[in-house]
Amino acid sequence: MVAQYDKTPVLQTKNLVKRYGSVTAIDHADFELYPGEILAVIGDNGAGKSSLIKALSGALIPDEGEILLDGKPVHFTSPMEARALGIETVYQNLAVSPALNISDNLFLGRELLKPGILGKVFRMLDKKEMERRARDKMAELGLMTIQNISQAVESLSGGQRQGVAVARSALFGSKVVIMDEPTAALGVKESRRVLNLIKEVRDRGLPIILISHNMPHVFEVADRIHIHRLGKRAAIVTPQSHSMSDAVAIMTGAMEVGESEDAAA
Amino acid sequence: MSSTNTKPSTAVLDHDKVADQASTYVAKFERNETLVQRFQKFLHHYPIAAPSIVLILAIIGFSMIVGGRFLHPFNLSLILQQVTIIGVIGVAQTLIILTAGIDLSVGAIMVLASVVMGRMAMDYGFEAWLALLIGIGVGAVAGFINGLLITRMKLPPFIATLGSWNVFFALNLWYSKSETIRSQDINAAAPLLQWLGETINVFGARLTYGSLLMLAIFFVIWYALNWTPWGRHVYATGDDPAAAKLAGIRTDRILLSVYILAGVVCAIGAWVLIGRIGSISPQAGYTTNLDSITAVVIGGCSLFGGRGSIYGTLIGALVVGVFRNGLALAGVDVLWQEFTVGILIIVAVGVDQWIRRGTA
Repeated sequence: MVAQYDKTPVLQTKNLVKRYGSVTAIDHADFELYPGEILAVIGDNGAGKSSLIKALSGALIPDEGEILLDGKPVHFTSPMEARALGIETVYQNLAVSPALNISDNLFLGRELLKPGILGKVFRMLDKKEMERRARDKMAELGLMTIQNISQAVESLSGGQRQGVAVARSALFGSKVVIMDEPTAALGVKESRRVLNLIKEVRDRGLPIILISHNMPHVFEVADRIHIHRLGKRAAIVTPQSHSMSDAVAIMTGAMEVGESEDAAA
Repeated sequence: MSSTNTKPSTAVLDHDKVADQASTYVAKFERNETLVQRFQKFLHHYPIAAPSIVLILAIIGFSMIVGGRFLHPFNLSLILQQVTIIGVIGVAQTLIILTAGIDLSVGAIMVLASVVMGRMAMDYGFEAWLALLIGIGVGAVAGFINGLLITRMKLPPFIATLGSWNVFFALNLWYSKSETIRSQDINAAAPLLQWLGETINVFGARLTYGSLLMLAIFFVIWYALNWTPWGRHVYATGDDPAAAKLAGIRTDRILLSVYILAGVVCAIGAWVLIGRIGSISPQAGYTTNLDSITAVVIGGCSLFGGRGSIYGTLIGALVVGVFRNGLALAGVDVLWQEFTVGILIIVAVGVDQWIRRGTA
């Protein structure tokens, strides 16, 4: 699937503001995510990118400005609401329960119940159906080197756990998947697998917001790169229009932008 | 997108070409394990295995030492009667330990509920079933208070229940006026309270209704823990509360529900207690707190939460019961029974740590 920039952004913010006391974490920030793209969000520590992401995932309520999902204004008061509208977040610390198995983890908080009285009255889990769907999703994403869907997540490697977290977001995310530092804790080979997985999810039609400090990874998978600085968007570049050192220069303020902002247009 | 690859992206691709040729397995599973490692893994995968092995070995051991007396159905049913109260309270304790908590007040809740049941039926003349319901209500409120202290005031469970243990115990002494309600008086006025102490004969075994109720409670809680979303959420909350919250679980609600349910189970334990000892004494069940923790720990539940099986607790309680009974039949002094239970606890936790080290 090719990114479509002529369409309405899937997720968009206009003039978003968030203040903590005298500190302005988000300073009239604009943001657009288009259908079918991987948009990387980079920025120095303290640039306010995590506040922006929290606002998009419902973990933070902005003071001013608006968030648009498919062009319609939305007001999240909790991550649950964002999730209910199809925005899934893969957190840096994964949010998986080590002692539970893969299938339980994929459906944690959204378990399927057996049809009929067993489900309605006795609240009985439909384990078979959950395992079936979990297996399907893992296979679809090329994660079936994990042999046993009922094995505990703690017996998996870091990359496999990340795979479980990504599979969960792909299973439930209908609009957007937000990934926070998905390769931060992984080795070279495992990072590779996860990056392929991210592209796999994008190719299945889900746009992705990728937050990362790892420039080679960003430049490899991103279609566009949103550079955040001092609480707002400093530039949008593409891996084709700018080099990694340009991106770092913009990020740190060493380079002013203006001449090449057309990259994504 | 543009297909012209300028410098930065080609550099990246070159850099990663080597990795592409590497094995595509994210992680291969090592096959060359020693027998000990395999055993360790087996125990880790089946937390109920270790206590079961101990139970079976103990039964074999005592039947060889003591002989046929030990294996007689009457004696086996006696063991079941002896572990009934610890088993029921152990269910409550398991629920709490699964959430990485601990409840020092379970025994006090049980005794308080039994005193309330007794006074409601005897002094206020309520129907026995209503007295039972009021007692169960008291258990629920007591659990609710513990839950509020832990979820709202953010007290560590150990401290919260250490405090409530003393408070509930003092209330129990005050409300009972430190008086025991005699068994024959209960029998005359409200026999339903003692009903769980009645026995049925099955092939020489004397099963009490209390023991059967205990088994039923184990089954219900097993179902709730393993076959309902709530149960998954209890495990997730105990395993990693931060991760559970991010997955959308309202962990405070889960904790509150667990403490309330534990209170209710303790109050049902109060009914079992009355059936077992006949009278209602504010001093009864003094050791139940620690005994319930013993059963849970020997049953293989992790005190760090999220791991363990409810049936482990039943087996843990049976292990303690078998050792006490077997040593008593062998004519060993009571103090050595205590000694043995102490060793069992230490060994159980030691084994638990060993199992975990092997698979971390």
